[in-house]
Amino acid sequence: MSIREANEKALGIINRARPTLIGLDRAGEVLEGLTPKTILHAGPPFPRGWVDMSGPVRGAVIGALLYEGWVSSQEEGEELAASGSINFAPCHHYGAAGPMAGIISPSMPVWIVENKEGGNRTFSTINEGLGRVLRFGAYQEGVIRHLRWIEEGLFPLLQETLEKMGEIDLKEITAQALQMGDECHNRNRAATSLLIRKLAPHIMRVSPGREEGARVLEFMDSNDHFYLNLSMAACKATLDPILGLKECTLVATMARNGTDFGIRVAGLGHRWFTAPAEIIDGLFFPGYSQDDANPDLGDSVISETAGIGGFAMAASPAIVQFVGGSAGEATHYTESMYEITVGESDSYLIPILDFRGTPTGIDVRRVVETGLLPVINTGIAHKKAGIGQIGAGLVRPPLDCFQQALRALVEKYRP
Amino acid sequence: MEKPVQRLLQEDLRVINLGLEVFAHSLQEKKVEVVPVNWSPPAGGDQEMQELLRRLED
Repeated sequence: MSIREANEKALGIINRARPTLIGLDRAGEVLEGLTPKTILHAGPPFPRGWVDMSGPVRGAVIGALLYEGWVSSQEEGEELAASGSINFAPCHHYGAAGPMAGIISPSMPVWIVENKEGGNRTFSTINEGLGRVLRFGAYQEGVIRHLRWIEEGLFPLLQETLEKMGEIDLKEITAQALQMGDECHNRNRAATSLLIRKLAPHIMRVSPGREEGARVLEFMDSNDHFYLNLSMAACKATLDPILGLKECTLVATMARNGTDFGIRVAGLGHRWFTAPAEIIDGLFFPGYSQDDANPDLGDSVISETAGIGGFAMAASPAIVQFVGGSAGEATHYTESMYEITVGESDSYLIPILDFRGTPTGIDVRRVVETGLLPVINTGIAHKKAGIGQIGAGLVRPPLDCFQQALRALVEKYRP
Repeated sequence: MEKPVQRLLQEDLRVINLGLEVFAHSLQEKKVEVVPVNWSPPAGGDQEMQELLRRLED
């Protein structure tokens, strides 16, 4: 198979994917190989574990250790995390994707998404909401209490709801949300609303009393990013089947762990190509500046890898009020991404571009040739643990990741 | 015999400008029609990357 044929095949696999929400369960029950004392994190691996982690990731690890009851204080958490007895691994190695710090521990409930085209499954946690939350490294008592409510209140109700109502087509929701002004990475207001519309009557039917169901609906409504984690699992379920496709030069994964940015390329399998993560250029909440920002963090860049998020900014002019720039620039970002992709989505269409499909299938060769790097919409975490989100903006991956991958492609296929 | 380049210079010029826009400015000042083309050398001129790209052509 030639490179061109392999890339066309990959584009077909991506376009035919049918990511579907099929249920929820505890991570320890459904993530294969997730043994006790394993903590998953966003991005590529940390070669030296705890030593390499930035502030918000460390904070989130401590929070997960407290939540699991493996430690009872911050000091004990730091000691255990640094001891070498915790197995730290990327979410992506266990079929999952996690926003920001991306921490998943065995007791946490996770969404289960299945690609109906290939049968592959992916997982993501339930989005905790805004403010002081674990994914930004917060681990105060209130954060842990909220995680417990997710596990003991929200999870059983949503699990039963999905069992009764059946599966939800996530591709349909994302496609519709793009028509309604979302780009489904940093703006998920429409997608979250559409999800609530589907779930609401079924939640009320299974709720033991009115109040429990109402609280679940209020929580979902209070968090515009409730859909984000579902979208991330859907994007991963879409892309995972191309990983390992011989001769294929398309990017299958992009992810950040707050220290390094990593990519995986379809034709090179599970090997990561990493370089130091960049600082994000964006708009900061009052009282914060770029000096407070942690380097780029989170698995949510799987959105751009699948052709939405920054690649679909033309569909979401309102996003610039959150990440900076003008509506015209939002359109330009999308148009420029056609330069580095091999095709277009046949489902994710952009009204203002006359319903052109979003740029899809990032070709490592085109990135290196043009020097044009994927544009990513993302949140900005404070570099200190526990403070939370301090802004949002645009960032690009380091070119070095793509240059390393290009060398490896030649070594493997054209030595 | 008249060389082609001499004939070219006797006609109205329409210029395609590759890369840096500054080259077009002096022509534009003389009311010469210039079509800018956004161009830069492949891989920013990095010869190692250019060779790798050549080997990975379709």
